[in-house]
Amino acid sequence: MKRGRAEKLQKAQKAAAKSAVIGEDLDLEKFIHEVPARPYVKDLSTLTAAEKKQLLASGVDPAGIERTGSFLQMDHSVVHYDVQQEGLEIMSTDEAREKYDWVEDYYWRAVAVDTDKYTARAELHQEHGYFIRALPGVKTAFPLQACLFTAQEGLAQEVHNLIIAEEGSELHIITGCVASHQVKSGLHIGISEFYVKKGAKLSFTMIHNWAEEFAVRPRSATIVEEEGVFLSNYICMRPVKSLQMYPTTYLTGSKAIARYYTILVATPGSLLDVGSRVFLRAPETKAELIARTITTGGEAINRGHIVGEVPEAKGHLECHGLILAPKGLIYAVPELEGRVAGVDLSHEAAVGKIAQEEIEYLMARGLSVREATAAIVRGFLNVDIIGLPKELKAELDKVIAASEKEVF
Amino acid sequence: MLKVENLWVNVGDKEVLKGINLEIKPGEVHVLFGPNGSGKTSLLMTLMGFSGYQVTEGTIVFKGKDITNLGINERARLGLGMSFQRPPTIKGLKTRQMVALCSPAKEVPLVELAARLKFQDFLERDLNAGFSGGELKRSELLQLLAQNPDLVLLDEPESGVDLESIVLIGNVINELLEREPGRNKEKSTRERRNKRAKAGLLITHTGYILNYIDADVGHVLFDGVLSCQGNPRETLKCIQKMGYEECLRCVV
Repeated sequence: MKRGRAEKLQKAQKAAAKSAVIGEDLDLEKFIHEVPARPYVKDLSTLTAAEKKQLLASGVDPAGIERTGSFLQMDHSVVHYDVQQEGLEIMSTDEAREKYDWVEDYYWRAVAVDTDKYTARAELHQEHGYFIRALPGVKTAFPLQACLFTAQEGLAQEVHNLIIAEEGSELHIITGCVASHQVKSGLHIGISEFYVKKGAKLSFTMIHNWAEEFAVRPRSATIVEEEGVFLSNYICMRPVKSLQMYPTTYLTGSKAIARYYTILVATPGSLLDVGSRVFLRAPETKAELIARTITTGGEAINRGHIVGEVPEAKGHLECHGLILAPKGLIYAVPELEGRVAGVDLSHEAAVGKIAQEEIEYLMARGLSVREATAAIVRGFLNVDIIGLPKELKAELDKVIAASEKEVF
Repeated sequence: MLKVENLWVNVGDKEVLKGINLEIKPGEVHVLFGPNGSGKTSLLMTLMGFSGYQVTEGTIVFKGKDITNLGINERARLGLGMSFQRPPTIKGLKTRQMVALCSPAKEVPLVELAARLKFQDFLERDLNAGFSGGELKRSELLQLLAQNPDLVLLDEPESGVDLESIVLIGNVINELLEREPGRNKEKSTRERRNKRAKAGLLITHTGYILNYIDADVGHVLFDGVLSCQGNPRETLKCIQKMGYEECLRCVV
């Protein structure tokens, strides 16, 4: 056994029944844990039309157009991975853990293995996840794409992802987490640890498409070194029964930057509890957390937390919510924590409905109430994202437009 | 084009328009003068159909159709358009997208229209976000050029506009009203004048805009009542000289 592994397993065993600080406590035994292995798919274009459509809806292109590499996991099997550029690595985390001794040092460094029963479960029962790494100075020509797909009804999928942007590299990733159309319920536990080294840039765009009875518990954290930039975009607009996550970034080197952009739509019957948290631990670090939340009848809790631990650190938090149904809940919890003089933290939060004045203004140009509302909602969700490649911005716009059609 | 008969309007409990009678024929441009709070904007908002302006009596007929109870967008589709004095900001909706929405049936030459208003640099900006007074007017006119209404309601198109821009704004309003001077290969000026059908109703506080737009009829609205109708320049001169107190005498 690799060094340090025994200790992790021990900690995980101790935390196996530990409830999470927030979110409904799930009974892990209610889910299926065994599933037949799936064969490797050499060419993603040979997937079924329905599967391809679902991948596309999550920003993952089976044809791989304008993508540098792909990773696809179905249930517990890695069914495809490829990479088209020198200096980039993409493979199963299990494989990487075997291949490189040093990978063990990245396991559970950003996220504590004994955080709760979900992290513990992942350590004790992990089935793959993706390992993506850009070697020093390497810049992706096009984004890499990764997809975690659940096809087995009632399955618990436990993955651990490791993403490493070595010094001076630039890495862009788009990832979709998808439940098949045939699937109603299931559990997804996704551990993601991101390491952004000195001067590196990492953008991570994640699209979630779950099902009405699905429970989702991602646990992610990022460590950003000096002058590194981490950009996270997260979109969840489709139904999901219970989703709780609170990704955290530690800015440990001076001038490091973290930006989180979050778009949430709580459909009837959905409960989303999503936050983002940044620790400003070095001088001149900067964080920007922007969230747009809509309820069409479900419950959305949007948290944000910036901790300023050193002078000359700056953070801004923004959560705006729209209530588009007579019933529904948006609960915005912006938290600022200044621990030293000289930090500069601010926030802005607003929850309400669309102003009648805005709707009527657009109606005076000939738009119906429905068209006017759609245009305003589209605007509300259209956040200018700094540092996102244009093909990813286009992909986001497509995903949002497609979801709008179904949800509103 | 437009016929308003005995129009009474309430905003909340307050009576803001008291028996308005007004007729605008195709090709005509009417000007509405009046002190602050006299009901000028309320009249425009009522014609456009905004909520909060409750018609208690009377009718509005547009192109022969009773539109008194019609929805805002249905009026817009019939050919009614309005330039707002203080339009709201629509965050995230780009000016470019909005202009396209104003003309769903056919694609408008967006860049060309924007160039006419010197507004190209604003197309990628959120609609009306942080626009200055003059920029708001140009944003409104750009949307109207795309919408191409038959009757244009203009609420103080010159307010907050610097002297340089007022010429530009005047020219574009003339264009909207088919009144722009200049040579046309196909038709003579007289032919064009006789054939034009676009009409306008504009509110002005200062009267400056009349240096650029030739209006046909002037009205004074005083405390919810149209007190006089006449030559717009003569009316303006009278107001400038005697003040609106004189209008009070005319109402009585």
